[in-house]
Amino acid sequence: MSAHTLLAESEANCHIFSGCGFPAPGLHSFDFKPIVSVAGLHFTKPMLLAIICMLIVVGFFWAAFAKPKLVPGKLQLVGEIGYNFIARSIAREVIGKKGDKYIPFLMSIFFFVWLMNIMAIIPVAQFPSTSRFAFPAALAALVFVTYMYLTFKTHGLKGGVKNLVWIEGLPKFLVPLIVLLEFIQNVITRPFTLAVRLWANMFAGHMLIVMFSVAAWYLLTPTFMSVIAGGSFVLAAGMTAFELLIQFLQAYIFTLLASIYISGALEEGH
Amino acid sequence: MSAELVNLAAAGNAMQIKGLGALAYGLAAIGPGIGIGVVFGHSIEAMARQPEAMGIIRTNMFLGFALCEVLALLGLVVPFIFGAA
Repeated sequence: MSAHTLLAESEANCHIFSGCGFPAPGLHSFDFKPIVSVAGLHFTKPMLLAIICMLIVVGFFWAAFAKPKLVPGKLQLVGEIGYNFIARSIAREVIGKKGDKYIPFLMSIFFFVWLMNIMAIIPVAQFPSTSRFAFPAALAALVFVTYMYLTFKTHGLKGGVKNLVWIEGLPKFLVPLIVLLEFIQNVITRPFTLAVRLWANMFAGHMLIVMFSVAAWYLLTPTFMSVIAGGSFVLAAGMTAFELLIQFLQAYIFTLLASIYISGALEEGH
Repeated sequence: MSAELVNLAAAGNAMQIKGLGALAYGLAAIGPGIGIGVVFGHSIEAMARQPEAMGIIRTNMFLGFALCEVLALLGLVVPFIFGAA
């Protein structure tokens, strides 16, 4: 614990020409002091942010849709825009009519992930929970369990396995190879890349913003270097705007891939 | 077999050069960079030819983008996994 408190202090008082090296951000930028520790279990800032995000998502949609009216109020209108976005551009487009059942699931995933991502640029919070690998891994595990459950529920045991590994109309000698590849792709690569994609994007994005912010502060001295510090600050602001796009895109892609897996599970006769 | 693997891993750790992970990421980003360019370029071409099919093209564009992008991101992740020891 003492290691990163020390580092935080050195980061705060560190400027160029004052004899201290550039405090480059690294993996330590993603470690937080626990807010409370109960019996060896640490409760940290990413967990707190994830819980806040959950409460906001649940609270918002509760307030918007608890008493739906024919002529929507302001809150319901915003909620309906979100619903229509997921329903039209993801569920209907990818799964089709059968997808209507899964809109609540996709919608919860999308808004939860998006909100956790957005926390990267909200003042005070300024940390995306999804840049700790456990959060995307848990979400990907959720999607994977749903995918497997739907596969075996729709096709039964034999048909489910066939759906996962079999491609119709292959030449005989290719069958073992393709079965192996399909199995690896569907059962191992898919959940892993789903988690890694979200995690690595948010990790890299947060790292970039931290990098330029720390550099701006480090170069801020009453010399010519302050011009470069200004450049670094402008870049940090630009990166923040760029991150806003990436955060939305990653939440969208996560939901899109979840819906593609669901549609693959529901597909008739592979 | 597993003993050999352990030995190999130990030898690998001893030979580790600092900053090799950054080089690995640079190499891993070449292919996906080209791939993402192809995906977006062709999608824009397709949208210009058939603006009425824009919705489905956009969905598939982001799908192709995500599948390409993950290769570069794996390059970012792998040094953390194998360089941590």
